[in-house]
Amino acid sequence: MAEAHPVGFQWVVEAKKRGARIIHVDPRFTRTSALAHQHVPIRVGSDIAFLGGIINHVLQNELDFREYVVNYTNAANIISDKFQDVDDLDGLFSGFDAETRTYDPTSWQFAQEDQQGDLGRAQADDAGDTAAQRNTASGLQNESHGMQVGSRPPRDETLQHPMCVYQVLKRHYARYTPEVVEQICGVSQEDFLEVCRAWTENSGRERTTALVYSVGWTQHSVGVQYIRAGSILQLLTGNMGRPGGGIMALRGHASIQGSTDIPTLFNILPGYLPMPNAEKHQTLTDWIDSVRNPGSKGFWANAGAYGINLLKAYWGDAATPENDFCFDYMPRITGDHGTYRTVLDMIDGKVQGYFLLGQNPAVGSAHGRAQRLGMANLDWLVVRDLFEIESATFWKDSPEVATGEIVPEECRTEVFLFPAASHVEKEGTFTQTQRMLQWREKAVEPPGDARSELWFFYHLGRLVRERLAGSDDERDRPLLDLAWDYPVHGNPEEVAGGWGEPSAEAVLKEINGYEVATGRPLSGFLEMKDDGSTLGGCWIYSGVYADGVNQAARRRSRHDQSFVAPEWGWAWPMNRRILYNRASADPEGRPWSERKAYVWWDEDTQEWTGHDVPDFEKTKPPSYRAPEGSDGVAAIEGIDPFIMQGDGKGALYAPQGLIDGPLPTHYEPVESPFRNLLHGQQGNPTRKEYRRADNPMNPDPRETAAADVFPYVFTTSRLTEHHTAGGMSRYVEHLAELQPEMFVEVSPALAAERGLEHMGWCHVVTARSAIEGRVMVTERLRPLRVEGRTVHQVWMPYHWGQGGLVSGDSANDLFGISLDPNVLIQESKVGTCDVRPGRRPTGPALREYVEGYARRAGVADGDQGPVVTASAAAQQESAAGQDAAQQHSPQQREDQ
Amino acid sequence: MTTEKAARTKRSLLPWPVLRQLADGDVLGRGRSVRSKRTDELEPRTATADRVAHSVCPYCAVGCAQKVFVKDDKVVQIEGNPESPVNRGRLCPKGSASKNLVTSDLRQTTVRYRAPYATEWTDLDLHTAMDMVADRVVRSRRESWQDIDEQGRKVRRTMGIASLGGATLDNEENYLIKKLFTAMGAIQIENQARI
Amino acid sequence: MTGPNSLFGPLDPAPDAGYVDAPKRKGFFTDTSVCIGCKACEVACKEWNDVPENLYQMLGTSYDNSHSLNANQWRHVAFIERPGTTPAPDQPAAAPVDIGMPTVGAAPSGVPDEAKPDFQWLMSSDVCKHCTHAACLDVCPTGSLFRSEFGTVVVQDDICNGCGYCVAACPYGVIDRRKGPEGDSRVGIAQKCTLCYDRLTDNQRPACAQACPTESIQYGDVDELRERASERVATLHEQGVMDARLYGNDPEDGVGGTGAFFLLLDEPEVYGLPPDPVVTTKDLPRMYQRAGLAAAAMLAGVAVSFLGRRP
Repeated sequence: MAEAHPVGFQWVVEAKKRGARIIHVDPRFTRTSALAHQHVPIRVGSDIAFLGGIINHVLQNELDFREYVVNYTNAANIISDKFQDVDDLDGLFSGFDAETRTYDPTSWQFAQEDQQGDLGRAQADDAGDTAAQRNTASGLQNESHGMQVGSRPPRDETLQHPMCVYQVLKRHYARYTPEVVEQICGVSQEDFLEVCRAWTENSGRERTTALVYSVGWTQHSVGVQYIRAGSILQLLTGNMGRPGGGIMALRGHASIQGSTDIPTLFNILPGYLPMPNAEKHQTLTDWIDSVRNPGSKGFWANAGAYGINLLKAYWGDAATPENDFCFDYMPRITGDHGTYRTVLDMIDGKVQGYFLLGQNPAVGSAHGRAQRLGMANLDWLVVRDLFEIESATFWKDSPEVATGEIVPEECRTEVFLFPAASHVEKEGTFTQTQRMLQWREKAVEPPGDARSELWFFYHLGRLVRERLAGSDDERDRPLLDLAWDYPVHGNPEEVAGGWGEPSAEAVLKEINGYEVATGRPLSGFLEMKDDGSTLGGCWIYSGVYADGVNQAARRRSRHDQSFVAPEWGWAWPMNRRILYNRASADPEGRPWSERKAYVWWDEDTQEWTGHDVPDFEKTKPPSYRAPEGSDGVAAIEGIDPFIMQGDGKGALYAPQGLIDGPLPTHYEPVESPFRNLLHGQQGNPTRKEYRRADNPMNPDPRETAAADVFPYVFTTSRLTEHHTAGGMSRYVEHLAELQPEMFVEVSPALAAERGLEHMGWCHVVTARSAIEGRVMVTERLRPLRVEGRTVHQVWMPYHWGQGGLVSGDSANDLFGISLDPNVLIQESKVGTCDVRPGRRPTGPALREYVEGYARRAGVADGDQGPVVTASAAAQQESAAGQDAAQQHSPQQREDQ
Repeated sequence: MTTEKAARTKRSLLPWPVLRQLADGDVLGRGRSVRSKRTDELEPRTATADRVAHSVCPYCAVGCAQKVFVKDDKVVQIEGNPESPVNRGRLCPKGSASKNLVTSDLRQTTVRYRAPYATEWTDLDLHTAMDMVADRVVRSRRESWQDIDEQGRKVRRTMGIASLGGATLDNEENYLIKKLFTAMGAIQIENQARI
Repeated sequence: MTGPNSLFGPLDPAPDAGYVDAPKRKGFFTDTSVCIGCKACEVACKEWNDVPENLYQMLGTSYDNSHSLNANQWRHVAFIERPGTTPAPDQPAAAPVDIGMPTVGAAPSGVPDEAKPDFQWLMSSDVCKHCTHAACLDVCPTGSLFRSEFGTVVVQDDICNGCGYCVAACPYGVIDRRKGPEGDSRVGIAQKCTLCYDRLTDNQRPACAQACPTESIQYGDVDELRERASERVATLHEQGVMDARLYGNDPEDGVGGTGAFFLLLDEPEVYGLPPDPVVTTKDLPRMYQRAGLAAAAMLAGVAVSFLGRRP
């Protein structure tokens, strides 16, 4: 955190001064470790084992916050007795289909009572196409939707029922003992138990513990389950929805939260509505019902209004109830259209044009060579950036030009590099990592021909529509009927010439939503109607323009308001600063303790009140119990803080929505020098893979001879002095000089083993590439003892490329492409490698050198060996758990 | 005038430094008596700026509030806003380098164009470049259009146009980007959030 | 022995330099126990003061690539990697307390020593000390260096002729003539931290202190900062960080105390700081005195000789 988010770290330093204990778990000693009370070095890729160990410690010693757990989590829910856990099936859960490498989660569901029959069918239906869900990153019902579970599953609040979540959880993590943690993670039992002690002693009524992760956690083949493991621990210890608790994702880009909320992502639309799927969403009703989860609790019940407001915002007057609000204008997804699939499609010649918007995949994405070869095989490429970044110059100075794989005179890609406006040269909102929108004022005009993306896309849309004007081709209707009429301002000459800057505030008002007839901005999403009388582009942002006031532009001084600072910017939803904060009060609505008071039920006024906006219906008392048969918002009881979940409870156990299982379980990284100590199943059996000769993965340790080729583990992260792929730091004098060269951190022991000299050169090799850097020998990296062997870990920053004031090889060139099955994010925080002294070969010799390694490792053809390594008996037994054979289309079987 | 400002001594009218030293009580000639006219007239750029724009740091997602000081339509200083409950006026080295970022001589200010098979960039007029991109979008969309997929399902899309980016862009920008691409039928629209 | 215009010993420098009703002396207290080595101070300083780049060269001294304080580097963050101090075994294992650095546990069974991070990473942002007795100022023949009303020591670019006397005089090696880059208007001129003199005149904090994310760099009245620093040391000592000590806060030291002083977690030498700096002009008065006596004796001799010639 001190490394990549130094200003956020001020709050950790302040907490420390006030007595908080700071523990830092990281493979290497960083600037964060330097100020922590305890640094715990851990083997990269073993975090679930570590967190699972703490969960086990909590459960074995009954250190959970019982009143919280019973009331606010699904600990008491009873699971179907058909469920089989990984210990019975060699690392698989029940319902595994080895052919598609996906699960039928029917057996994972909660036990059904009579009245749940309809929902049970819905569950089974929904669960039936997990292979398609994997391809479309639509597990978790598109990332944020509640589980499609009955509003009232059977429960045993004594937590004694053998199939209640609490007991299942306890059995699941029973093997994660301190000894096993030591064996898998390389963390001493003493260090580990110290963490357990600190975490549990600091959680409860009077105290809370915060878990902070940086998004390197997401860059694993089990990334979602890392975060699930953290969530389980924070729910058990009663830290969710409470001040000083929770899980904080430190995201790495100014508006990466915003670009997920209002996504430029293939699988979702603004407000986490699913991108319509050709299979599942034939009609508007199909689409809405897939979000609405009939029979479940919660605010997704209003999905019809959210979806129709979006359609109405897109197609304005053309969107009417009679034509289903132009739902048919939406293009349909049919599978994996993620960035890595698309890059491979570029290599295969299937993509003509590519836009890069403030993004430098030649350096920042995994498998840089594939990225650059893909770009070299386009018809046209538009790059919009501040500087001449590597993704704009691949055709003349990329590593592949040096190897001869890209010959400028033979590369047909037409490249447009548009200068972009910087953050001070345009107005608009960023959404920071705690979901808070902040409006930026425009300070100056952008230089020369630099323009905002708002300008670029508004005018691109205008020009495309001009070219299609008069077309009677039905396929052009979505463009011609598009509501694309934004007021422009700025330089009078440009405005007069038709090239003015569109008003960002007008766009924000459309995002917020307004009454169609009057133009009155909506005060929040509860005002959204499903009859076309209102429109709004992103329901979760509704309220940001309440009363016609740009709420994101509020800047009341922190000195003039409470510690929650509700009048600085605006946080979604409805300016709530801590999500699910009803959990900060006990079941009766009283603060768990005076120290930790945050929101509470006021008996006198009969409403929820407190320091923050209560994340709960304001006048629903804690004593409210839902009438029989209710669903949606009415089914949320006074003790259901997790109002977006189908049962209103925090999910210790996730009966559906996760492709790779209802509980996090330790799997080895795709590339690892170790066998999975716990199970025959080595890695995540459901991970997304692209097996091709141009994407070889290093062999797994079952190929023992080959594993010697890549004996070391490597990981990457950021330096304080640079920013991601370097596009905003390597071109800036005052930053470039602070870290001017690519380097490789190794321990003194590894330096001795490989003959590496401090400040000399070394190179790092994988089956994809070899890159070089200066050797940094440091005790900040220590070899660990794992499964009885010493493992050396190598660390590299990933900021360099061939451009900029300071240049160097790119660490992301070392990674191949294999993805988490839930969200299709690549495993780019752990791999295996070799490290050698001296510089790497140059020119065509580089490819020969790397291919020699791949051949010796036996992976030159792109085949790493089987993914499913659980015993045949376990596979059979798991498959037998399926209720019925699932129908999978051939399309879904591709690219597992 | 602030107390501290008031305490700034006015430049002595005595011409010869030695006389000034004696008259000012700065016998050793190390303080008040040796101030140059420029020193006396020094004012911080933050005080002489024409205007201050409220902004937010463009690097990581902490969301530090910045004050952008502008003089003669040029950015002359960017620093943290002490009123912000997020950063309390503080910035990291990247945030502190924001002025360097936005005023860098290395920034692109014209459209650069690389024709197929060319070995060098050429410059392109902005509006011409916009027209060329619009032409290519229309053409690629037409050439790669799918009304139905290979299984006969209605898909109404193009697989010929892809996009990546947006994590450092504004919400309003991402909104228009997704809106236009969706209407266009382009679906391979991706973001750093997948990376 | 200190009196007005003294070159040694405790002193309030601004009044001593002729300022009437001077504001309280301003300075920095740099608390290295909370420094995270982010270098925001280095960058914020360069942005505000238009200090050009120093060097694009990886030095291999941990994460320090700025080398040292010099004309193009007015703040410099040192990084020191070193084995940690293991707490004494008889120290009570107290409830969670802030000991200011990573703990080191007992050696566990089955885990080799190599896995134990008995290690510290010290970071410290160095800067001009703004000495009470500033040798650079004392030797400056042009009046380019001057003592400001805030008690700080500042170069006046418009007066400096680049003679370089100050460079040799500084006991900390801080002030330096700018050597490049070519075209910079201040090449050849002595340069160092001004404690953002221009900002101070408008009641603004120096750029580095304004930026510092963790309040490692604190700006304020020197008197108050010294009190705060003493309290901080006491707190750290209570928490078992016995290595915490102040550097430069003592008005009785060789430079009369510094306007910019530090809380360190090890000996000054470890951070590249001189252990016992003495203002190089300390002996000037004595030398002048001796020279004066000699001159008087000579004058007397001359007089005597004249007398002697009188008949």
